[in-house]
Amino acid sequence: MNNIFAVAGIVIKELYRRKDFYVLFILTVVICLVMASVNIYNDNEIIRYIKAICLLLIWISSLVIAITAAARLIPAEREQRTLLPLLAKPLTRAQLIFGKFLGCWLACGLVLVCFYAFFGALAASREHHWPLLNYFQAAFLHWTALGVVIALSLLGSLVFAAPSSNATICFVVVAAIMCIGRYLDSFALAHPEPARSVIWAIYYAIPHLEIPFDMRNLIVHDWPLVGWQFVGLDAVYSLAYAAVFLVAACLVFRRKAVN
Amino acid sequence: MGGRSNTGRIMNVILRTEKLRVEFKNREFRQTPKVALLGLDLEVNAGEVFGFLGPNGAGKTTTINVLLGFVQPTRGSASLFGIDVRQPIARQRIGYLPEMTYYYKFLTAEELLRFYSRIFSLPPAEAGKRIDAVLKLVELESARRRLIKTYSKGMQQRVGLAQALINNPDLLILDEPTSGLDPLGRMKVREIIQRLKNEGKTVFFSSHELGEVETVCDRVAIINQGELKAIGSVGDIMGRHASLEKAFLDIVGYQPQSAP
Repeated sequence: MNNIFAVAGIVIKELYRRKDFYVLFILTVVICLVMASVNIYNDNEIIRYIKAICLLLIWISSLVIAITAAARLIPAEREQRTLLPLLAKPLTRAQLIFGKFLGCWLACGLVLVCFYAFFGALAASREHHWPLLNYFQAAFLHWTALGVVIALSLLGSLVFAAPSSNATICFVVVAAIMCIGRYLDSFALAHPEPARSVIWAIYYAIPHLEIPFDMRNLIVHDWPLVGWQFVGLDAVYSLAYAAVFLVAACLVFRRKAVN
Repeated sequence: MGGRSNTGRIMNVILRTEKLRVEFKNREFRQTPKVALLGLDLEVNAGEVFGFLGPNGAGKTTTINVLLGFVQPTRGSASLFGIDVRQPIARQRIGYLPEMTYYYKFLTAEELLRFYSRIFSLPPAEAGKRIDAVLKLVELESARRRLIKTYSKGMQQRVGLAQALINNPDLLILDEPTSGLDPLGRMKVREIIQRLKNEGKTVFFSSHELGEVETVCDRVAIINQGELKAIGSVGDIMGRHASLEKAFLDIVGYQPQSAP
């Protein structure tokens, strides 16, 4: 575990010394503040739209940060040849993969804390209340979903040659899961066999990231809290998928020549 | 593991390859694989400075890559301290300096060395002492808190040497350590190798600088096209030749072309 934490520490250091997060954070803040400062159509319920758009921007920004960061973690080590002195030490390739994942996931957690803190402040300035537990549930499930995305991008970085192609494929896959994942079962019913079985297999095989994505509604519409057992189950579900992708990444990386 | 030297002293073999063969698959359809090493047998004893020579593409870096577990051998075996190189623990007592030194440029030299010392599971207090010692050795104490991206090439090479020494290794593997360095930098690296030799460390290094090899090495191996062509003390290899360079050219079969 010591080696995993050591690698994770370096990943966190790299991410906070780079500019990506700061640029996206400032961009999100500026867009949200501009929107919050105007009241289109004099609608008193405008805060709901602002909250919805702000949360959508937070999701997009966090996905951009998670995918672009994770997609280049291993390729950058290979290109810059920092992988050679690193693997010449008593560090297994599995420890390297898990360390990279942990570092990126924790860094994304810190990013989410900043985004949700800003969001909370913005919403409280208009609504004068702060439903902390709702924010916590949404942010926590958001973070576990990012774990799946990071693990998927890490696996992709070992399969695809270029980080840019890997990042693009990951974006498309994640966006597709979020937008159409939930409709796949009803889509399957409208098709004859064997297409139905194939679509159902896809439906059950993909990680359903739309569940944490829908947690936005909890905050936007001030709905009551979700049962903690469901939050726990969804977190376990996400982490199980992340673990599957990480094990697959370790298997791919195990015998890969790194010279 | 034991062997007997020319002087009758019992030697411990700490690096061994047996019938090492490495083939790289050719990506083009129906092309035969490229053979990088052809049954290489090597033994390096504890406490010696071992020079590993060969022309470009001879298989020197591939051998080092196998020893460090970067490349899996197609056949044969390699061990460090009697442990199969595929086991990460085999790398606990070695230091490695790659040919091109690129380190995390967003870190300072001190942060980089602290990271590597964690990988070697050095306790923090001991790691602090080792960091001070190696930075002093490579004369980077004053730049320890500067980001590596601000370092000159020579300084980056010295950071590489510092990271290779952070665990106080018993075996140091250097892949062309003086490549691209100015004469002063080369002299510094040579001094450090000499110092390590005096401390009883084993140094295995590949180089094209034959003068340097002649000066610091106890034994030398010459490979060409993946095959071991000669192995022995510098004196044995030189034999009747006036210099190691002439012996090297003769062994690798270099034929001088007459001017048109």
